[in-house]
Amino acid sequence: MSSGLVESALDSASAAFRHVVPAGEPFMKEISKGQVLRILDLEGNQAVDTLFYSAADPEERYDANTTIREQGNIYLTAGTVLLSNAGNPMLTIVADTCGRHDTLGGACSAESNTVRYALEKRHMHSCRDSFLLALAEWDNGMSKRDLSSNINFFMNVPVTPEGKLTFEDGISEAGRYVEMRAEMDVLVLISNCPQLNNPCNAYNPTPVEVLVWDPQ
Amino acid sequence: MPQSFATELDRQLVLWEEEVPGGAHWSGVLRRGVTLRVTDLQGGANVSMLFYNHEDRLERYNMADTLKGQHTAFLCAGKVCYSDMGRVLCSVAQDSCGWHDTIGGVSNARMVKRKYGEARYQEHRNDYHRNGYDSLVNELGKYGLGRRDLVANLNLFSKVTVDDSGALQFHTGNSGAGDCIDLRFEMPALVVLSTCQHPLDPEPRYNPRAISLAAWRSGAAGADDPCRNACPENQRAFINTERLYG
Repeated sequence: MSSGLVESALDSASAAFRHVVPAGEPFMKEISKGQVLRILDLEGNQAVDTLFYSAADPEERYDANTTIREQGNIYLTAGTVLLSNAGNPMLTIVADTCGRHDTLGGACSAESNTVRYALEKRHMHSCRDSFLLALAEWDNGMSKRDLSSNINFFMNVPVTPEGKLTFEDGISEAGRYVEMRAEMDVLVLISNCPQLNNPCNAYNPTPVEVLVWDPQ
Repeated sequence: MPQSFATELDRQLVLWEEEVPGGAHWSGVLRRGVTLRVTDLQGGANVSMLFYNHEDRLERYNMADTLKGQHTAFLCAGKVCYSDMGRVLCSVAQDSCGWHDTIGGVSNARMVKRKYGEARYQEHRNDYHRNGYDSLVNELGKYGLGRRDLVANLNLFSKVTVDDSGALQFHTGNSGAGDCIDLRFEMPALVVLSTCQHPLDPEPRYNPRAISLAAWRSGAAGADDPCRNACPENQRAFINTERLYG
């Protein structure tokens, strides 16, 4: 995927739904086929951990490996079709003013924080805690079993030709966004990442805005 | 007498050995302190594989935590497989291959039909075309697990690299006849695997290759173990593991 930036023609004023997600909070919503979902990085360099499930059958869900393999590239950007574990298109990224997004870096958890930083970091807030609370509140039987490899919108996790993987400073700025059209009815599950120990959020987690447009 | 594969191992330590044909699927439980030697018998094998804590199968191999904890996009000797609970499921104690894929995923029915054509059981009996996804679902189903549990998998013996633009490349010939990897289990684990071809394998024929498995009593990682001491992240993951199993 090239990092050619693609702007949206949609006007925020005509959005059917707008919601600001503060750092460290989850967000979950059903998006209907044909609706367009935009995630807007309000202050820059924020990581937005995101999972998608088929609303009709949540066992069908976003599959990171299938998505990157079928497009032959590990970075997500405009033109990327987000594929399910059944190989079906779930959403298509139709606009992207950031350039690329990660889907290998996963979500932070209390337990992975103990490994990556220090045993004492267990008590810091994490994406998995946000995901688990959102699923408990949604109350449709989904649980930790359903937390598979997610997308990290706006996050920069390069892999080198030698196979090294690193977390780098973000490449997003205030006002950048990614926009996708739903190709089926989906549940979107977001954790606006609270991570303070690495540069994924520039050590300063900030709010993002979620906007949804009805089919145009 | 069953056939012997890993003849270099001390016979007193070997628990069992078996061959898994190409295109087959297999599952089993490996206890803490047991090593599973997986050998590519003909060269060019692929093993799509997942691990679960046998005592709590909600705890499972986590690709992202494995990769970011060790700043790597592949597995080789000295690396470990992390669970989603900050513990070590198994360590790559030895490896003659040098690169095992963690990002390519698994083949599926649609892909296998597109690449190799249709070959149903009705006409082909046990030479019918199988695919990795359905094979892993088959094995998971024996333990009450299913599609929800089929997370990002390993592909032993396969090499996929990423160039500066992010493009994926499959490397044919990464593994030769006799190449093997030792997975030393640091907790009791359910192992599920499929020997179907890698989804990015450009080989135009349906030609999955056989492997052998040999389980042997190795003991768990010691204090001076190279996997444990490969990085501070691994040391902490072993501390977490030993709080449960030490």
